[in-house]
Amino acid sequence: MAKADMLGASLWDAYSNKVTTLMNNPQHQGEIFEADAESRGNKLIVADFGAESCGDAVRLYWEIDPANDTIVNSKFKSFGCGTAIASSDVMTELCIGKTVQEAVKITNIDVEMALRDTPDVPAVPPQKMHCSVMAYDVIKKAAGLYMGVDAASFESEIIVCECARVSLGTLQEVIKLNDLKTVEQITDYTKAGGFCKSCIKPGGHEAREWYLVDILANTRKEMDEEKMKLAADAGVNGKFEEMTLVQQIKAVDAIVDENVRQFLVMDGGDMEVIDIKKGDDYIDIYIRYLGACNGCASSSTGTLYAIEATLKEKLSSKIRVLPI
Amino acid sequence: MQVYLDNNATTMVDPAVVEAMQPYFSEIYGNPNSLHKFGTASHPALRNAINKVYTAINASDNDDIVFTSCATESNNWVLQSVWIDHIVNGDKNHIVTTEVEHPSVLATCKFLEEQGVKVTYLPVNSEGIVEAHTVKSFITEKTALVSVMWASNETGMIFPIKEIGQICKDKGVLFHSDGVQAVGKIPVDLQDVHVDFLSMSAHKFHGPKGIGALYIKDSQPLTPLMHGGAHMGGRRSGTLNVPYIVGMGKAIELATANIQETMAKIRAKRDRLEDALLELSDTFVVGERDHRTPNTILISIRGVEGEGMLWDLNNGQIGASTGSACASEDLEANTVMLAIGADNELAHTGIRLSLSRFTTDAEVDYVISHFKNAVARLRNISSSFAIQKPTKGGEVQECELHHH
Repeated sequence: MAKADMLGASLWDAYSNKVTTLMNNPQHQGEIFEADAESRGNKLIVADFGAESCGDAVRLYWEIDPANDTIVNSKFKSFGCGTAIASSDVMTELCIGKTVQEAVKITNIDVEMALRDTPDVPAVPPQKMHCSVMAYDVIKKAAGLYMGVDAASFESEIIVCECARVSLGTLQEVIKLNDLKTVEQITDYTKAGGFCKSCIKPGGHEAREWYLVDILANTRKEMDEEKMKLAADAGVNGKFEEMTLVQQIKAVDAIVDENVRQFLVMDGGDMEVIDIKKGDDYIDIYIRYLGACNGCASSSTGTLYAIEATLKEKLSSKIRVLPI
Repeated sequence: MQVYLDNNATTMVDPAVVEAMQPYFSEIYGNPNSLHKFGTASHPALRNAINKVYTAINASDNDDIVFTSCATESNNWVLQSVWIDHIVNGDKNHIVTTEVEHPSVLATCKFLEEQGVKVTYLPVNSEGIVEAHTVKSFITEKTALVSVMWASNETGMIFPIKEIGQICKDKGVLFHSDGVQAVGKIPVDLQDVHVDFLSMSAHKFHGPKGIGALYIKDSQPLTPLMHGGAHMGGRRSGTLNVPYIVGMGKAIELATANIQETMAKIRAKRDRLEDALLELSDTFVVGERDHRTPNTILISIRGVEGEGMLWDLNNGQIGASTGSACASEDLEANTVMLAIGADNELAHTGIRLSLSRFTTDAEVDYVISHFKNAVARLRNISSSFAIQKPTKGGEVQECELHHH
């Protein structure tokens, strides 16, 4: 929130000129009838996606030359808002002249890109990105009908955010690599959850199989478990001295998480590891007390001894803990 | 021609109101609390405005009408101060309201729920109103307040406020009504109807934005929301907004004097518009005409999505409104639309047209013609009216997008 948010944006002003033009005058709106397609020796495929009661529905028509699987003509019908109509129109445009196998590779991002006036300015505001996803879904459905396979077979990975096409694998990897802690961070790093917001948590625009909040919680849990395991291995193997600084800090953190932190938090305090310095005889761990621990009488006596004793036992007998 | 049919959202300020306000910016600008003549110069106009508001809603001289910044403030004030007075510092724990209130009531109730208050959100019937017996059955000994709107902004449906007021009086429960869509549109007589608190807003009846009021029956206690220099008899602090109070007084006078006559004129135009639009196949309007404010139509048009329709109307220089989820920032379907039900379709195909006393017959004719053209264009694109059936297996078995 800042100055730019003080006056809500005008939804329609965020549409590209192309969206506006196609909404007012769609080029491929209409129907292709079976008898007509057959009279030209072609096969007609008609697929529906969505329904009026859901708020948007699209019907896609493909006239296909069976000799080479090429889509020779395509039309659409749409119950939807302006961006749904414009997205459907561009979708049919992109399909014409392609083989079915090529068409199925068209994604919602291709549809949205084709609606842009300039390559680096989005064609629609974030919450309208969802409209282009329907175009993608109905193409897969039509291709599945023509090829006699299930539409789901065109998808090789689990897509969590359809608007930005971000897969489950990507999300897990990015959370781990960047140590992400919030959904807002995930959106900043991957764009997932930044558009129609359905994939963030249950109760949004549509029900989803996977939600960012759950993926974040589960991945964080996995990361914690890995950290514990690392620390445990380090203790058992007695290799703390040989670890890199980052590994050492993680190991210390894990031991603190497991054995110490809960008692500090209970008293309204906490601590953090500032630095680790290796000497010949000692490994000095510099910590900083936070909250109520800061200035607490036992922070330089009982509490400190407890932290040091635990780290010595679990990691290395050379450890000294020095509060800053 | 351009036609504004979104008068339930806000209205044009009547030029006569602007004229009445004009002297109170640069000519008579003193603080009414000052002792000198600059301050007291505004008193006659303020007294006049106060009288006009009392007259407009037939308030008794024993009642208070306190000017606020808007009805959102008035609604917040009642809910938050009843909470402080009767729940935090009393033995009650419960508030009754409806599913279809304005966000300034619903969001405040959600906030109070987070503070531990029990809130009952009453369901509406197929016409979009809460029935009096429903209210009665949910009042308990712990209920501090019942808050029910006088008329709906979305449908125009008028709620049985007189019956609900009597029930609350009999049960000894405080009763608040958000009267934003009623005052200036239909007669509001607070000596005939029992209401403890009534919220109103000037910009809904051709007054300026940024000024509203809260009516408080019998000057009963209600902890202030705004603390400060004890203005308005100590009920609401903040230097009096002199030109806007004068404007509200003028606006409410113009809106309520001869209200039966004005209503009849608006109603005639509304009914003519409604009859013409209902000539279109597969359309329906929510709520009996006689149970609605005389200016409102909420029409559902099969096969035409609300935002698309609003777009085409806008291209024709017509301003209307839709509750369609597509037109909202967060894609959330409108709570009123969902509460009414109607197979969820109304949530996506509803268009609200709200007239004013400034709407002309020529404008109605223009809207009828443009509206029908827009429906024809969008139905021509709509999949709902396509003829060629999907390839076997290409049908939609059920709604694949599961809206909540």
